[in-house]
Amino acid sequence: MTTAASDETAVIAGLRVGDEAVYAALVDRHTPSMLRVARGYVRTHASAEEVVQEAWIALIKGIPKFEGRSSLRTWLFSILINIAKARALRERRDTEVEVMAFTGGTVDPGRFRAADDEWPGHWREDAAPEPFPQTPEGAVLGDELITVARNQLEKLPERQRVVVTMRDMLGFDSAEVRELLDISVANQRVLLHRGRAAVRQVLEDYLKDAK
Amino acid sequence: MTGDMDCKELVELVTSYLDGSLDPDTRARVDVHLLECDGCANYLQQFRATVDTLGKVDDETLDPSFRDRLMNAFRDWR
Repeated sequence: MTTAASDETAVIAGLRVGDEAVYAALVDRHTPSMLRVARGYVRTHASAEEVVQEAWIALIKGIPKFEGRSSLRTWLFSILINIAKARALRERRDTEVEVMAFTGGTVDPGRFRAADDEWPGHWREDAAPEPFPQTPEGAVLGDELITVARNQLEKLPERQRVVVTMRDMLGFDSAEVRELLDISVANQRVLLHRGRAAVRQVLEDYLKDAK
Repeated sequence: MTGDMDCKELVELVTSYLDGSLDPDTRARVDVHLLECDGCANYLQQFRATVDTLGKVDDETLDPSFRDRLMNAFRDWR
């Protein structure tokens, strides 16, 4: 922890004196993830690059005043998200608003037994989930499933897509995502759960068709 | 409601379950249910596999010419 903190202090000091190697290392480490997050807001790769470039310029300009109240990474991504969000509003991309607290189930209700059944709310025998096959590294099916998941990710509503990207693809923890997106615990969970559930459903459909 | 949990309820709690954010009572009800229900155990397995698959979706790559642009932005500012 101490090492990480002093590393960060050294990085900040390096940026302040214009150390190009320090900046380059930071660019290499964070830019791919930043592009991925930006793509959650804007439609094209070119737009995402512009957003990311703007964020780096804002970092360079802002570093003399950076007080270190958050980590450098959190600060960088919060800049990025603000820029991406403003850009998305200008581009008027799917502007769905707040997630509702109650948004219905994430599994087709027809798969569960009806209220008058002996076991209401339990899986119907013909609709119960089957385990997904194990796919060893590099297996054809595994690669296909990754493609199916990526395509579905693109189709998710913006906020679900951003949360799933940050949590499951980039490995941010829930506290960091909540801080960056300024959303509640419950909202983060709902967005993540709905996004994952939608991806699970297309994977299940794909595997069923493949049989 | 402290007793049985039905499958329809369980499927909405999976993300919280995996995050370890359920209260102990609810978590225990999920665990008990999972012991008896293959459908839900499979659902949980599918959900874990989904999260795992999402983790393997490629990151964007850093295109060398874009990297040059970012480096130039730094040089221009200094």
